[in-house]
Order: sequence, then structure tokens, then C-alpha cells
Amino acid sequence: MNIDLPELSFVVLIGVSGSGKSSFARKHFKRTEVLSSDYCRGLVADDENDQEATGDAFDVLHYIAGKRLKNGLLTVVDATNLRPEDRRQYVRLAREYHCLPVAIVLNLPEKLCHERNRERPDRDFGPHVIRNQRMALRRGLGRSGKGLRREGFRHVWVLDSVEGIEAVTVGRTPLWNNRKSEHGPFDIIGDVHGCFDELIGLLEELGYAVHRDESVPTGDWAVEPPTTDAGPPRTAVFVGDLVDRGPNSPAVLRLVMRMVAEGKAHCVPGNHDIKLLRKLSGKNVQITHGLAETLEQLDGESPEFIEQVRQFIDGLVSHYVFDDGKLVVAHAGLREEMQGRGSGKVREFCLFGETTGETDEFGLPVRYNWAAEYRGRAMVVYGHTPVPEADWLNGTICIDTGCVFGGKLSALRYPERDLVSVGATAVYSEPARPFLPTDSTAALSAQQQHDDMLHLADVVGKRIIDTRLQRNVTVREENATAALEVMSRFAADPRWLIYLPPTMSPSETTQRPGLLEHPAEALDYYRHRGVDEVVCEEKHMGSRAVVVVCRDSDAARERFGVTTGEFGICYTRTGRRFFDDAELESAFLGRVRDAAGQAGLWDDFDTTWLCLDCELMPWSAKAQALLRDQYAAVSSASRFALANVVPTLRQFASRPGNDEVNGLVDHYEGRRVAVEKYTDAYRQYCWSVESLDDLRLAPFHLLATEAGVHVDQDHVWHMSTLAKMAEHDSLLMATSHRVVALTDEASCDQAIAWWEDMTGRGGEGMVVKPRSFIARGRRGLLQPAVKCRGPEYLRIIYGPEYLSPEHLDRLRNRGLRHKRSLALREFALGLEALERFVRREPLRRTHECVFGVLALESEPVDPRL
Amino acid sequence: MLLQIETTHRPATDLGYLLHKNPAKLQSFDLSFGKVHVFYPIATEERCQVAVLLDVDPIGLVRGRRGPSGNNRSLDQYVNDRPYVASSFLSVAMNKLFATAMNGRSKERPELVDRPLPLKATLSVVPCRGGEELLRRLLEPLGYTLTAERHPLDERFPEWGEGPYHTVALEQTVTLRALLQHLYVLIPVLDNDKHYWVGEDEIEKLLARGESWLRTHPEKDLITTRYLKYQHRLTRDALARLASEDDLDPDATEHEHDVEEEEIEKPLSLNAQRMGSVLAALKASGAAQVLDLGCGEGNLLRDLLKEKQFARIVGMDVSLRSLERASERLKLERLPDMQRRRIELMHGSLIYRDERLAGFDAAAVVEVIEHLDPPRLRAFERAVFEFARPGTVVITTPNREYNVMWETLPAGTLRHRDHRFEWTRAEFREWAERVAESHGYAVRFLPVGPVEDAVGSPTQMGVFER
Repeated sequence: MNIDLPELSFVVLIGVSGSGKSSFARKHFKRTEVLSSDYCRGLVADDENDQEATGDAFDVLHYIAGKRLKNGLLTVVDATNLRPEDRRQYVRLAREYHCLPVAIVLNLPEKLCHERNRERPDRDFGPHVIRNQRMALRRGLGRSGKGLRREGFRHVWVLDSVEGIEAVTVGRTPLWNNRKSEHGPFDIIGDVHGCFDELIGLLEELGYAVHRDESVPTGDWAVEPPTTDAGPPRTAVFVGDLVDRGPNSPAVLRLVMRMVAEGKAHCVPGNHDIKLLRKLSGKNVQITHGLAETLEQLDGESPEFIEQVRQFIDGLVSHYVFDDGKLVVAHAGLREEMQGRGSGKVREFCLFGETTGETDEFGLPVRYNWAAEYRGRAMVVYGHTPVPEADWLNGTICIDTGCVFGGKLSALRYPERDLVSVGATAVYSEPARPFLPTDSTAALSAQQQHDDMLHLADVVGKRIIDTRLQRNVTVREENATAALEVMSRFAADPRWLIYLPPTMSPSETTQRPGLLEHPAEALDYYRHRGVDEVVCEEKHMGSRAVVVVCRDSDAARERFGVTTGEFGICYTRTGRRFFDDAELESAFLGRVRDAAGQAGLWDDFDTTWLCLDCELMPWSAKAQALLRDQYAAVSSASRFALANVVPTLRQFASRPGNDEVNGLVDHYEGRRVAVEKYTDAYRQYCWSVESLDDLRLAPFHLLATEAGVHVDQDHVWHMSTLAKMAEHDSLLMATSHRVVALTDEASCDQAIAWWEDMTGRGGEGMVVKPRSFIARGRRGLLQPAVKCRGPEYLRIIYGPEYLSPEHLDRLRNRGLRHKRSLALREFALGLEALERFVRREPLRRTHECVFGVLALESEPVDPRL
Repeated sequence: MLLQIETTHRPATDLGYLLHKNPAKLQSFDLSFGKVHVFYPIATEERCQVAVLLDVDPIGLVRGRRGPSGNNRSLDQYVNDRPYVASSFLSVAMNKLFATAMNGRSKERPELVDRPLPLKATLSVVPCRGGEELLRRLLEPLGYTLTAERHPLDERFPEWGEGPYHTVALEQTVTLRALLQHLYVLIPVLDNDKHYWVGEDEIEKLLARGESWLRTHPEKDLITTRYLKYQHRLTRDALARLASEDDLDPDATEHEHDVEEEEIEKPLSLNAQRMGSVLAALKASGAAQVLDLGCGEGNLLRDLLKEKQFARIVGMDVSLRSLERASERLKLERLPDMQRRRIELMHGSLIYRDERLAGFDAAAVVEVIEHLDPPRLRAFERAVFEFARPGTVVITTPNREYNVMWETLPAGTLRHRDHRFEWTRAEFREWAERVAESHGYAVRFLPVGPVEDAVGSPTQMGVFER
């Protein structure tokens, strides 16, 4: 006998002690697929035969079984499972996870089992035990397993002999809905409802060739998929509800049936189709909601055709999972946990969706918006509920655009995600509930309305974020916890936060005397990793700022879902608003926007918004508290502390015999000079800001526009594109930079000389970037940028007196590894956030990455790097 | 950091005998955090001055240091003021240099130990955020004539204002031992920080150096509290040993900003009235399962726990540190099981939808909304009224109109540094009524605290019922 198991079965072995269940399980299933009650007894009691542990053992068994079924794994229970009450739990579990419960019964003669048990030292129970077990088994089994089917087992196999058991083979069949190996491309077509003319129109719009096949007497329509240059032909997928309400359901059925038969289309059933099936199968159904029209139209059809229709609908599978699980098509949509599963509940959901149990003012059931909670990876395309416009929500889309109600018939091209529609030529039916929007100025898309509220569960806890640049960036729970506080208390509206900048590592510590950092190490870093050209950019000493600016507030509403009338934002590296003063911010953004317009950026990128990575000067504009509490405070304290020391020491030294303190005098004189230089260093970056004209914004990355995330452009492009903006407004400044050929010594020397000159004049230093935005070396992603700071600037970082030899030697001992790993992870997350935003993914998907950057920032790393 | 002590006692050079440090030599000593040099810039018959020059290693402070990270984690930064100011580092150095003198012993001049001498001490940089006023409050009761010069943060940027640093000179005819003891205790008190962990033995140090003069000092509470780094239990013990007859409540001090706010509101004991009103509203609602959203350090939770009516109490806050303190203050670890099961603390945020908050009878949101940026209020409204959707919601927030009643609050400023707004009664009413209407609640308003005709009560409360 061959036992053909559905691939996702919950297999319950049934048989008395000694009937050979464990051997059977070992022979036909993977070790990890089998859950044995004996083994679980051992787990909880250290004794596989301890009957007192049975309760705990089964708790463990059920728990593990539940987890396996949830994860979509075939699972086998190896226990006697003789009584209905033993088995009830399994049927319940299988239903909970939409798997098929099946039973395999090993029904061997009592004597044989008893003999087998006698041979095993650990089973010293008397013959009455087996006898009782067999009686229980027979009671439950019923005639040829009927009793078990009544309990809910979908398949039952009873094996009555040793030979039979020996001869059995076990196979596995994929579920009907599993079409993961079909990769498309697909054209998924919404609810047709007998609108035959519009269907033909849509197919032609999609590029299908449609013609009458005169070779058959009924004059069927034949459809040929669009001719493609390469790859497999396109396949149509119908989301169901082919019939009812519309003018020509039989023609629609005929066309779709033929396409399906020829392998040119798939079809899932809709609730209307199923109701028709029930009617055709002689069931008593209410002739409502357009069924009457269908029946009337079918009246003229031959009994053969009607029988074909019945068989066709009867054979439809509730839903399909395509393209390695990336696409799911079901009539009313499908929750993640039901995708690719088979159960009555799954089928119900596919046909009717979910209702809240209430009815609305039109007497229709109120639908529960399952898509609002959808978090699955698969795209779900569905129909069932007429909507005025097909609109994405959390990776799902309803493409029933109410053709039969005078709307349009829509199709979604997959994987292109393009929508194609043809308008209805008539209103064939009046909807009970008007589906066209009463308010034609619906301001926000469904996704934007949904995104108004983010879920805590989407950001907290340990998270693993899959980014394009780096697989699986892990955010640890405690870091997410820290980020939650910052995000909640200080950050701007998440809709604006489409990016947070990564941290930047310094170059390797130099061994050159009197320096901690020098450009040679930065250049070496890239050269040693196979980069031939870098761009050295002047490092501005201000505060990192991200500027998002839209052409106008309409664009902000349309693209960002921001309805406050703002048209942009300027925020810090932790997502805080840069300006407390809304008027000042608006004036500032207005100037950035105008400069972008004058530079032609809106047209060049055909965009209504752009996102810039910038430095905003002066430092003192944002870092007031830091300056006052730390930098100026230390300057003040140190200068007054050291002012009197040298004179006091000299007083002592002036007395005869005390000249041995001259060394100390020099030491303190050196310290005094150091704190003066320190004071000069931070003062350079401070000036009073009375108006907008005192600010300077230096953008260095044009991160993204509607045209995409511009990481495919190199840094020379970014510099020159942004320099165009700076020409139009003195608020903006272009960043001076040099392209350096790393294998040309003269070129490198010039870069070093440039750095020496800049830092000698008090500049912070420079940033060295590989010419291309994203650079990879043999061991993966390279640092997107490495900074190299000047010796005077570093006084603000390492303290006024860090250059004293006794200090410098100790400071050279610093590890960059963690900082660099952090920089890469944040870089990957930041760009991922932008890419998700550009792809118009739900806000939570962008927010997840932005939140991740903030969380990573709470990892402890040497703050001076 | 330079400390100079000088005397005009004749012969002035007796100072060297009292300090057990020879005026002719410069002596240097190693300390765990650097070095200290002692020398005498002036050493004549008429005038003798000793200089203590503290040389704290700024790199060593950050690297390989064990101990607390200081106020604002200043000790984690290379750029910090510690190497330059009078702080607990100086007290440790003084103990190393002058322990014998502070203990009142002198081998060569025992007769001078208890004799008041004309002394003047100069400290180059004393950090004291309380300003000259605090310096006077602490030092003048001890008899000193004080000159203090407060320094600007940066003379280039006068708009940044003054810093916390003062050059201070003290003069008095006093025993050298007393002067050293006063400095030893009061320097870290003025600085209000310690570079080492404060434990039980800190009480012994305080008593050894301060018992004789602290007992009668009018600021002994402040001195003790600060010296023991606000550790209430230690403070209580120390004060008890200083003066048993005084009755005081050392639990008075709280978080710094909260103190600020409380100070302003103190004469009304508003906080207690607020908690009472919220509790009353929750009880009246008949709720069994209650949420305290933004529970902070658990003020309300403590009251809720005392009421049997509340079978399930959940406190939520966005600050993990507040939750930890709440857990400590409520002694959650030590509650009996039956009590422990009633209460739960959770970390969360009011601007995200949180499934854990659904299904409660009532929620209190006490002095929370004013900490949210106005643009984020909408998310708060939806999270609470649309998704958590408790039967009753009690919200309190300051009434800005009342602020004019507080003399200590400068006009136009808010009560707490983190308040993003404070509403008038009309503003609160407008917001609350809109929120109630759009989510199917009815709202009524109640004043909390004394009602003044023109300006209403200091706190306003809205009770929303579904």
C-alpha cells in the first residue's frame, strides 16, 4: 500500500503497545519529524516509562507539535493514541494551524504485540494491559476507520498485518495551492462578474491576442498571451467572482475555463462562483445578489456546458501561492498564517474574508480589515470588496474596482506591480453600498491612513532586519528599548524620518609624532582594499542635519502623508527637529526648496521631494547645551585654574636653591598654552545666530528623490549636483573636495598637503570616501567614509592637553573595529530605509530601519571615535 | 587646581610645623588619579603661604578608572572639568597630605593646634551651581569672611552667561584644623559630585571631619544630603547620629527636575491632591483593571495598590530608569505573591499602538501629555482612545493660567524643563472635547488644587467615559 500524505499533515500513529509504531516512524519519517510520548516522558522525568509523568510529557509534546505546525512542518505523533480523548487535542491543534490531521492505525493481533513486549525488559506489564488497549482501539476505530473520520481525521489508513506494514510506502504530495515553482510573470485580474466585453478589453489592453475560434460550434473565444522576447509567457490569474450581476456570465466562464484548460490561466473561486456551484449541484440557495441573472443566462446553455461549469468550479483551489511564496492570490485575501495551508477555515477566509459580526447601515456584513494587520512577506492580491481605486496596504492590494457597478475592471501585472484598467461601459448593477468615494478629495492613501499609527510590536524586542547591503542586521532588544525612549520623547513625526545617517569611523591611528590621525592611513585603508579612486571632502564642523524638502505642502501630503501644511523638515542625526522655531524652519526650508528649483532638480529627477544629507553650521546653533556645559565650561575652569600656577611656582623657585622646580614650571606653562589653544579650537566653530543669514548648510549627499536612492551615482556626481544648488543661495555652500588616484603618489601627496593646509588654518579635517557610493572589497562592504581630523580640532575630542607625549601614547591605543562594524550596519539600515520609502512600502517598514539606526546608536562605543 | 593657605601668625613659618610639611622643599606625592605637589611660595617670619597643586591625570580619569561616571557622565569624557576644579579629588589629596593636621596633632607645636590663627584660604576654581548665595549659606555660618568671583563661561560669547566656577577666598581667625576640615567636607558639597562610590564608610568620614561643627550648622541637611550623594538611607543614618531630637523626612528629595517642579508647587502639596483626585475618579469608575500610563516612579501605583478594588494594575512608562526606580520604591521583589500578581510594570510608549494596553477598565494619564510634542498628540489620542480604549480615561495636565500665582516661577516660563506646552483651561477643554467626541467618550472637567476665581486651579483634570 502507498500512503500518500499531504505535505503539511499532522500524522497521528495509533496502535497498542508493541504494535511497532516507533519502528514504523523511524522507517518512514525524519528523526526530527517524530514526537514520541516515551521520549517526552524521558525529557520531563528522566524515565521513558514513568507513567506518572504522562501529563507533563504530553504537555511538552503538544507544545512542540504546535510550534512545528505553526512553522509549516509535517509532524508525526508516536504514542498509543488509543482513546478519542487522547486524539481530540491533535485534531484541535491541526485545525488551529490549518493543517490536515491524518491517522495511520497499526492494527496487529494481540498475541503478537504481547510477545514483542515480553522481549523488552522495560515493558513488564501483564497481558490484560494489551487486551484493554485493543478494546479501546477497536471502539474508536469503527468500521474501516469511520469513527476516526468522524473525530475529524481527514485521511485514515489502517494496516492490519505485519506483511502489510512491511510493504507500505509513504509518499508526500504538495498541496494543490502550492505553485511556488511558477514564477510568472502574471496578470492578475479582478472580479469580472459577467462583464465579458470589459474582460476582452482588459485582456487586449494587457497585450493578449483575443479572437473567435470558428473551429468550435459555440464560437469560443481563444486567447493567446502576449509575445515576450524571452522567458516564459505571461499567465493570467483570475481572483474569482467570474459570475453574477453582469450581462454575460456564461461567456466569461467559457473563456476562463478554456484558458485554464490550456494552461494559460489560473483561477481561484469567489463566493459567487461557489454559490452558483451549490445551486448547480442541486443545493437550496437563495437566488439573490445577481445569481438570478446568471441562472437566466445559463438557461440557453447546453446541459453539457452546465456540467462542465459545475466541474470547473468544483475543481477550483481556494488560493494559490506562487513564485517561491512571494505572491498569494485569493478571492478575499488571506492572512499570513493561512497561506499555503489547507483547511475549511482557510477556504472560508479565501471566499468571504473576515467579518466583525456586525452589519452596516446597508445591511451588509462589516468586513474586518485583515490587511491592516498584515505583516507577511508575500504580496497578497485579492478582490471581493469593490474599491474605487486599487490601493496598496501593507503589501496587499484589492483589485476589485467594481466593474459591474460601473467602475472599472483592473489587473495587476506581477512582478512589475503595474495596474491596468478598463472602464465599465455601463452600470450593470446598483451596489447596495455605494463604493465610489463620496468625498472625491480623499487626501491620504489607504496606506498613509493606516500609517498614521505605528505598532509598538513592529519596533521593540530583538529585531533582525534584512537589508540590501547587508543581510540580517541585528538590533538587540536592549538597544531597541533605549531607542524607544528617544524616539517617543524627542523625535519628529516618523512620517518625515525616512533616513538616519550612519556614524563615521576615523582613519587608523597614526604613529607619526604629534598626531593621532593623518590622511595617509585613510588613503591606505581604501587602497589596501582594492579601491583606485577616492574623493576627499572638506569636513565641516557643524551639526549633522538631514533635510527633506518638498515642492509644496501638497507634495508633502501626497508623498509623506503629512497634513500639517509643512513642506519639509530639517532634523538631527537622532531624528530630532533641528529648529524649535517653526517660522525659522519654514523660511530655511523655503530657501533650500527654491535653490533646488533654480538648480532644476525638480525637473531633472521628475520629483516633488528630495532628501539631503548635510552639515549645518555653526556648531553652536544646535550644540548650545554641549558647548556651555562642557566645552566652554572646561575652557573657563582650566584657564582660571592654570592662570596662577606658574607665577606661584616662580615665587617658590625665586628662593635660593629651589631651581629644581623649573621642570614643573615648564610643564605648567605648556598646559596653560594647551588650554588656550583648546579654547581657540572650539571658538572657531561658534558664532552667534541672529537670523537665517548666519546659518550655513553644506549638503554632501543628494540621497534620494522620486527617481530613486542615488547610491548608483558616485560622490563626484553628488558634489557637482549639489554645487549647482549652492550657486543660487548663500545659505547653501558647496563642499570643497579633491578626487585622488590612490595609485598615484603625487595625487596622494597633494591630498595630504591639502589636509595639512586646511587643518593648519583651523579646519576640522576631511572625509575620505571611495568614489562610488557603495564599495565592496574582498571581505564585503567597505566603510562608506573615513574621517581624518586635524590635531587642533582633536583637542575638543581628547581634551586640551592630549598632545603631551605622555598622554598621546596612551591615546593611540584605541580600537576601531566596533565603530567600523557599527558604521556599516547603520549605513546599510539607512539606505534600506530610503529604498523602502522610495518603493512606497508601508511606513512601518521604513520606520523599522530608522528605528534600527537609532537603536544601534545606543550600543556602547568609544564616543571619541 | 591650586589651593593656597596663608597666615600672618608670628612666626608665620609655624604653618609648616602644623602641616608637617617643610616650607623649604617642594614635595610631590603620587595619588591613584595623578599627583599632588606641596610647596611654599612665601615663607617668611611675617607671612607664610602653603600651596597645594593638584595634578589630576586627564587621560587616566577616563581610561581604566573604576567608580561612578560623575554628573552627566562627565568622567567618561576627556573634555571634562575635573582636572581643573576643587572637587572630591582635592579632598582625597588633602587627606593624604594633611591627615595629621586635620586630626589635630602636631609633634613640634602641639600648643598651636587649638589656637585660632589668622588664616586665609584661596581656591582657584570652585564649581558651585548655586552661586555666591550658596557659598555664603555654607561658609558664613562658620565665621568666614568670603570673597567670591564668578567667572563667565566664555568672554567671547557673553550671551552664554556665567559658568559655575568661582575663585573663592576665605578669611577668619580659626584653628588650622577647623579650616582644613571645613574645606575637606564642603568642597565636594559645593561641587555636588563624588568621583568614587559612596557607601557606609562615607558617614564615618563625614562624622570624623564634621561632627564638631556640623551639628549646629543651619545647612546641615543640605550638607549631609549632598555629601552622601542623595542616598536617603545614608543621609537618614548620618542625620540621626548628628542630632537625634530633630524630626525630619529625608524622603523629601527626588529627581532634580521633579524637585524643581515640586519646589515651585510645594506650598500647595499639589502632587498629593492630584494623586487623590485621580484615585477618586478611578474608584468612582468602578474599574477593576487599571492602567497608569506614564507611571514614572510609581507615585500613583503605590496608592492604587492599597485599594482592593483594583485587581489588576499596570504601570507603563517610556523611561526604563523610571520603571526601575518604581520597582524599587514599590519593593516589587518583596511583595507577597497575591499582591505581586496584581501589579505589573511595562516599558512602552504612548505614541505607538500597543496591543498590551487593550481590555482595561480605566486608565490614568497623570501629567503626561504636556511632555509630548504637540504634533505627536494625535498619535497619543489614537493609541489611547481608539486602540487601548479603556472605559474611563483620567487625564491631568497643568493649567497655565495658574502659573501667575507662583512667585518663584518667572513669568511666561513653564513649570518643568521638559514641558512642551502648558494649556489654559479653554485649550484643554477644546482638545478634550474634540477627542471625546471623535472617539465616543463623554468628558467632564474637575479642578485639582485651590481654585482662584480668575485663573482656576493649578492642575486641570478631564474624566473621559465611554
